[in-house]
Amino acid sequence: MSFTRRHALMLAPLAVAGAAGVAFWKMLDRMSEGKFDPHALNNPLVGKPFPDFAVSPIGPGKGFTAADLRAAAAVKPVLVNFFASYCIPCAGEADLLGSLSAEGVPVWGIAWKDHQKEVSQFLDRYGDPFARIGNDETGRVIIDWGVYGVPESFLIDRNGIIRWHYAGGLSDDLVHDELRPALKAIA
Amino acid sequence: MIPELGNFALALACCLALAQAVVGIWGAHRRDIRLMAATPGLAVGQFLALAVSAGALVWAAVHDDFSVANIAENSAIAKPLMYKISGTWGNHEGSILLWGLILSICGAAVSIAGKNLPSALRARVLGVLGGTSCGFLLFALTTSNPFLRIWPPPADGQGMNPLLQDPGLAFHPPILYTGYVGFAVPFAFAVAALIEGRIDAAWGRWVRPWALTSWAFLTCGIALGSWWAYYELGWGGYWFWDPVENASLMPWLTGTALVHSAIVVEKRESLKIWTVLLAIGTFSLSLSGTFLVRSGILNSVHSFANDPARGIFILALLALVIGGSLLLFALRAPRLASGGIFAPISREGALVLNNILLCSICAVVVVGTMYPPFADLLLGQKISVGAPFFNATVLPLAIPLFAAMAVGPLLPWKRARLLPVIQHAWWAALAAVVVSGFCTIGMKVLPALAFGAATWIILGSFAEVVERTLLFRTPVASSFRRARGLPIAVLGAAIAHAGMGVTLAGLAGAALDSQKIVSAKVGDSFTSGGYQWTLMKLEDADGPNYTARVATVYVKKDGVPLGLMYPSRRNFTLQHQTTSDVAISTNLLRDLYVVLGEERDGQAVLRFHVNVLAPWIWIGAFIMAAGGAISLSDRRLRVGAPSRARSTTEVTA
Amino acid sequence: MNIKAARMTSASLGVFLLACTVAPAAFAVADPKEMLPDPKQEARAEAVGSQLRCLVCQNESIEDSNADLAKDLRAIVRQRIVAGDSNQQIMDWMVARYGNFVRLRPPLMASTVLLWATPVLGLLFGGLAAFYGRRRFGTPPAPLTTAEQARLRELTGAP
Repeated sequence: MSFTRRHALMLAPLAVAGAAGVAFWKMLDRMSEGKFDPHALNNPLVGKPFPDFAVSPIGPGKGFTAADLRAAAAVKPVLVNFFASYCIPCAGEADLLGSLSAEGVPVWGIAWKDHQKEVSQFLDRYGDPFARIGNDETGRVIIDWGVYGVPESFLIDRNGIIRWHYAGGLSDDLVHDELRPALKAIA
Repeated sequence: MIPELGNFALALACCLALAQAVVGIWGAHRRDIRLMAATPGLAVGQFLALAVSAGALVWAAVHDDFSVANIAENSAIAKPLMYKISGTWGNHEGSILLWGLILSICGAAVSIAGKNLPSALRARVLGVLGGTSCGFLLFALTTSNPFLRIWPPPADGQGMNPLLQDPGLAFHPPILYTGYVGFAVPFAFAVAALIEGRIDAAWGRWVRPWALTSWAFLTCGIALGSWWAYYELGWGGYWFWDPVENASLMPWLTGTALVHSAIVVEKRESLKIWTVLLAIGTFSLSLSGTFLVRSGILNSVHSFANDPARGIFILALLALVIGGSLLLFALRAPRLASGGIFAPISREGALVLNNILLCSICAVVVVGTMYPPFADLLLGQKISVGAPFFNATVLPLAIPLFAAMAVGPLLPWKRARLLPVIQHAWWAALAAVVVSGFCTIGMKVLPALAFGAATWIILGSFAEVVERTLLFRTPVASSFRRARGLPIAVLGAAIAHAGMGVTLAGLAGAALDSQKIVSAKVGDSFTSGGYQWTLMKLEDADGPNYTARVATVYVKKDGVPLGLMYPSRRNFTLQHQTTSDVAISTNLLRDLYVVLGEERDGQAVLRFHVNVLAPWIWIGAFIMAAGGAISLSDRRLRVGAPSRARSTTEVTA
Repeated sequence: MNIKAARMTSASLGVFLLACTVAPAAFAVADPKEMLPDPKQEARAEAVGSQLRCLVCQNESIEDSNADLAKDLRAIVRQRIVAGDSNQQIMDWMVARYGNFVRLRPPLMASTVLLWATPVLGLLFGGLAAFYGRRRFGTPPAPLTTAEQARLRELTGAP
């Protein structure tokens, strides 16, 4: 039987379904590898300078401003970490942040609408990896940074540009696959 | 022991389903009378096995058997009995079991009610149903077995989400699933007919009752879900274009097209390819919807616990069922002979337009729902497609549909002229224009037009009945006699179409809504929407597994007391969740809707809504389903083939 | 499933649940203190807010969500309206920080052309399918010629 245009038209639904099936399979595949997350955002500030801000003292920290951060990053790239005392994954990544800090990577922490006692307790319990700590009292700072949950981490290079961002708790694999190459690139 | 019995019954059902598939397809292929005759028995057997399995799960829930992992995760001793039972299908594993059970009920129904079908067709239909069942039950057994045990059993279960402890939500899954799964029967008919290589008028007649039944259930299921959201979520919203809601709307749209398209196959042996594709497509959308909801790919409030491994299994099942049927379609559809030429303006033409519009709306919903994950996968871009998009794109397609809905049934077959037909419905058109004009006084253009369209649909739907009974043109007795002679399906169709108009009026009524948020202490009074609201009392009212605060609100209209309303706020200690219990008072024309919010310094936040015509949204949906049900009682659907002669030997088709 | 994925998914879920107080259980804007005193401005704020996605919830606008972040975003929308920003400026402000994901109505750009064109494409494709289907069977048989009519009379024995 000759392959007429009619046959081609009848194949169309199968072709569409097939393409969709392949796409879904790829999505599931990448989801199980952790490379595809339909619930995550891409932060548009990556590749741009970090916004102007100021955070107030909390816990053992004295707070800091954008100028402070710019000055410090010009000397050595800084990892800015948004956290909260009630946040479980933040507790989970505290060790990792601690070891990064011990290696010489400056880690600065910004707490999200947190309180003195809770932050102090959190840092006592899980360790304090932060060189500087501040509290975003109003919630404006996190919005200006495009943060929508905690923890989130940003790597600032010597020019004050955000070079890397991750929403979620850091893990060994992530540090190895993404953070270290980024640090190397801007060193 | 009972859970083990349940597990065994599930496995048995899977084997029976496999046997049903093999025996049915092979028997029909070889025209082996005994094999073909054995298939219905296997289908009924599968149903019985699944009934036992489901019964075992319910038994375990009722008896608080926490050695069953599923019961331990989803139930608790303190849960009321009704919710223990309904909780069996309120989780992933249980809902898969429910799917399988309903699929087996469909098979059993075809076995019992389908005695008039030629045995080859029936065997093939049951075979396809068996194959689908087998795949689903295999999925249940391997990745989602509700009978997995844990040892030692915990002392109490982890309780269920308090949000699901609600009558509306308890019965929404079975009704919705009956709709979803019921479309497996038209699907099986389509595949069976493609295997056979022949679709004729009789096929159209046999398929329609099954499609109509599923459609009616699906309509009710969607309406129930929407109504539940309305009274449970606490801000008067009832449709959010949430991906899971969309997943139930997609098969509804193509299912509606199917129900209409099958008419043309039956009456004119035309539109065969459309109808077959719609039958395959509707069930494919049901299945895909199941996959999407459980895969984690979509951003939805409804998402079950996500496990990509489960997603892969369902994807494989989908590939087999959908891919297989579409491949068969591609190979066999070109061979389907078509009869019945028709002019563009004719009833067939109107039904083609109906198909195109419904399928376009479905395409918009599909593309809109799937765009975010696809854009992420292919382009790395994160975008959102929310309610504003759907509202903007579905409305322009729905408008011609509403306009044509009333005109379509009036057109004769094969060839028609539009003007005389519209003249038959002149009174409906006039009423619509009058209503629209009247409405523009009080509200904006779009709602006014919507009310006009609703009038047009409701009145125009009965235009055919008016025509055929020569109402107002002959004495009433004569009209009545004619009405009695009309096929019931005509009345059913009119009612169903009118139901759509009622729903449209309900949706348009939102333009007249009013709301007010206040911070009140006991004794304060407020005015909103023409009603006076007074906070009388604020007190504690604890329940079996929650603590609550209840407000007593006294409502008056123009000084006339209407009654008391009791909105409350519940705190479920075990789940650390707070829910609001909205107080609704309805007179079926408007809903009074009061929500109690947080309390601070002796003042409570209260919201007063007056939702005009809101009840019509769901009443309209139930009217639609009722119209469908009425159509089912039409004699013509039951007297399809000559009754079987009382002889033991049978000539196969 | 490797560890990174496990921490990511459970981490995100954990955090978002905390931030979101599990959306279905909560209810929408319920604090009259949030509302602007000018009803026109408040209506504008609600209109803009209903176009902005609540980022930590599943498929809700900031007007419908009870999450902390949504509350802060609502406050910002109202502050900017009072400060005199236009609706477009407020949307741009949000998009600058969160990207197009925050817009519930996808903007029309190269990557969303297909999305917005779907209604038209659907109608077009359906129309073509219908037209093409008709063309196969479109022509009715030609009327009988006189010779054929004579033969017909002969065969049926009609006078």
